[in-house]
Parts: sequence; structure tokens; C-alpha cells
Amino acid sequence: MSAMITLNNVSKFYGPTFQVLKDCSLTVAKGEVVVVCGPSGSGKSTLIKCVNALEPFESGDITVNGISLKAPGTDLPKLRARVGMVFQHFELFPHLKITENLCLAQQKVLGRSRDEAMTKGEMLLERVGLSQHAHKFPGQLSGGQQQRVAIARALAMDPIAMLFDEPTSALDPEMINEVLDVMVELAREGMTMMVVTHEMGFARKVAHRVVFMDRGEVVEDAETTSFFTEAKSERAQLFLSKILSH
Amino acid sequence: MFSDFDFNVIWRALPYMLQEGLVFTLTLTALATAGGIVLGTLLALMRLSSLPFLPQIAAGYVNTMRSLPLVLVIFWFYFLVPYIGQWVLQSDRPIAVGAFASSLITFTLFEAAYFSEIMRAGIQSISRGQLMAGYALGLNYRQVMGSVILPQAFRNMAPVLLTQTIVLFQDTSLVYVLSIPDFLGAASKVAQRDGRLVEMYLFAAAGYFLISFTASTLVKRLQRRIAIIR
Repeated sequence: MSAMITLNNVSKFYGPTFQVLKDCSLTVAKGEVVVVCGPSGSGKSTLIKCVNALEPFESGDITVNGISLKAPGTDLPKLRARVGMVFQHFELFPHLKITENLCLAQQKVLGRSRDEAMTKGEMLLERVGLSQHAHKFPGQLSGGQQQRVAIARALAMDPIAMLFDEPTSALDPEMINEVLDVMVELAREGMTMMVVTHEMGFARKVAHRVVFMDRGEVVEDAETTSFFTEAKSERAQLFLSKILSH
Repeated sequence: MFSDFDFNVIWRALPYMLQEGLVFTLTLTALATAGGIVLGTLLALMRLSSLPFLPQIAAGYVNTMRSLPLVLVIFWFYFLVPYIGQWVLQSDRPIAVGAFASSLITFTLFEAAYFSEIMRAGIQSISRGQLMAGYALGLNYRQVMGSVILPQAFRNMAPVLLTQTIVLFQDTSLVYVLSIPDFLGAASKVAQRDGRLVEMYLFAAAGYFLISFTASTLVKRLQRRIAIIR
């Protein structure tokens, strides 16, 4: 399988001394689902934001679909338009209706006509089961519904890969599954996905590989089954024992 | 003082007060607000920019304007702009700038400093996540600002912007130092001509009060209507 996302020795500093990412390297192949987990403050969110250049990094390089982020002349907006991103706090545009949230970038970035954008938006809204909410504002929807709209908004751009930054962490427990269901379906359709999450059930179900991070380093990068049964590093074992004990 | 209060003085002066004075004041307020918000928004974007020099230039401008008394700026522009124009255009004599144009330029430039501080607060009130979400969808800086950040900043700041506009409406009365017949200037002229200071100044006060009070009441209502659903 060829690589969709490759990180080569990515390092990032906050200020002159504090290093958030230390020589992080990993690969996400086309069609692969990779879950990134680790204790809070381990740099997972920072890492995933680096992938579509929302966070700058000082050394190393990231290539997405063969295009290097560090190469001069890389059109970052164009690259980002092809990589979908879902945020912890949804980040729907609160002043725009759901339909406008779905159409905005389709029209402004991809140059689609209003009709095309609407058709695509309605199709995706149907898919995440929210057609009847098309003309509401984000603030009128529950957290789970907002996150499904956010996924639909990212999918409307026909992305070649999807990044999820703790998509269920800000949700009430009873809403987590409706979001995970959409993500599972997406994974089964063969979407390339990089997912920062603590949902180990989701990882077991659909992830091909699990990457474990701690203190800015990629500590473990293993096949899903072997990660859960025979994690090599002590830190990963400790982490797993803490979150799987209940 | 009120024993010979004569409403007829006001009644006779009314057409002149409204058609000349009030129209001038309202036109100046509207145009200066529009210009001030546009320029102020640009200044706010400069101030928040990560490019070199732009923030310092904007901050210098805003701080200078906010440190000068408005009357001084009005005088300064009225008497100096013709000479600056002469120098810029390399013409033989000072450029004739009408009283209206001069005061419009003054108020636009002056109020832009205040509007820019309001817009800066408005932009900063929008979370960084919104900016990231816009960029993540492939929008560029101009599109993120134009479609995501500024519309929300305007909505959040609309009450404060309108309140500042009411202040501007009252401040325009200072152009009377240039003997321009704005609402107060017109009242003053009639008062001097007829020797009816009490009637005319009371009428002017009532006029300013009525308009400002009505406007702030409307702002309060608007505030409730346009708030973003969260």
C-alpha cells in the first residue's frame, strides 16, 4: 500500500526550550485507519494539527499524498481543502445555518455552484441522519448532532483523508456512539483516517494500527491486536492498564 | 429667564434647523461611521497581523488619535489639509477643501481609531478554533476573515459599534467651531441673529437628547434580536 500521510522526524518547540514533539515519525497508508492515543499533554492533538499545517513545526517534514508541507511553493489552502478535519469542539460556524456551513467552502474553495453544493450537502446530511435539521443554526443542535454535521462538512470537500482530533471528548456520554457510528461506517468504506481518541472500543473495531504517544514522542506503533495484547513499552502497558481497567 | 420664552422663534427656525442643520449632522454621522468602521476594521486586522511592522503602524496611529482632543484634530485638518493637498499635488496654491469634506475626513480618521479598538476586541472574542476550522476547509486568510471571523465579530460588537455611533453623532456638534451650520451650528446662528439664546439652545439640547435616547433604546432592542444562537 502506498503512503497517504508520512511524518519524518517532526519536532516542534514552544519557546526556546519546551519541546512538544520529539522526532515523531509515522506513516498512514492509503485506506488505512490509524488511531493515535496517549495521556493528555502527550502532543497528540498538536501532532494531528501539524498534518494539515494548522500548527507550524520547526524540523522534520510531513508529506500528504506525495506533497511536502515544507517544500517552498506548496499551496497550503489547496492541500488543506483535500484533507478533512474534525475538531474536539466541532467548530461549526455559529452565525451560519447548517446548509451554509456545508456549502461555504464547497463554493468558495472548490468553486462549485450553489446547486451542486446544496445537493452534495443534503446528501451528506442525509447520510449522517440530520436532514430535518438543515435549516437550523448550530446552536440549536446537540453536541452529537453538531459533530455529525462537522463530519459532513469535512466530507463535502471530497477529502482524500480525514483527520479527527478527539472527536468525542467534548460530548456527553450518550452522544458518543452516534458520532462513532458515522466514523465506523466511514472507516469501513475505506477512507484513510488518522484519529486521535481515547475510545479504545473504536480502535479495536476499525483501526489497522495504534500509535501510542507520551511526552511528545511516538513510543509505540503497532498492529491493533498486538497493541492491545502485547504492548512492548512499559508506558503503553501502564496507559492501557489505566484506561481498560473499568 | 423663561418669562418671555417664545415658541415662535423655534417654529420659525424649524425648516432651517431640520433641512440644513439636521441633514448635515446626520449625513456626516452616517458617512463617518461607514468610513470609520471600514478603516477601523482594516486597522484592527493590521494590529492583529503577524506580519512585521503592520501592528506597530496601526498601534501608533490608534494611540496618536486617541491622545489628541477632537477639537484640535478638527482645527488641524481644516487649516492644514489645504496645504498638505498643495504639497502632495504640487499645485501653486492651497487646495480648496470644503467644510463638509474636511469634517468628513476628520471624523472618519478620528473615529477609525475608536472603531478599530472595538473591532479588535470583537475579532479576539472569536475562538482560535473558528480560525482553524476555516483554514482546515481550505479557505485562505481573506475568506476566513470575510466569511467566518468578521461576520461574527460584527454581530458580537454591533451594540458597542452603534453606541459609539451615538457618541459620534453628539461629537459632530464640535464642527460648529468651523462655523459650519450643523444642527448645533444652525441653532447657534439663529440664536445670535435673533438674540434668542435660551430658546435655540434648549431646542438643540432637546433635539440631541431625543435622537440619542431613541437610538440607544433601539440598540438595546436590536441587541436582543441579533445575538448568535449558542
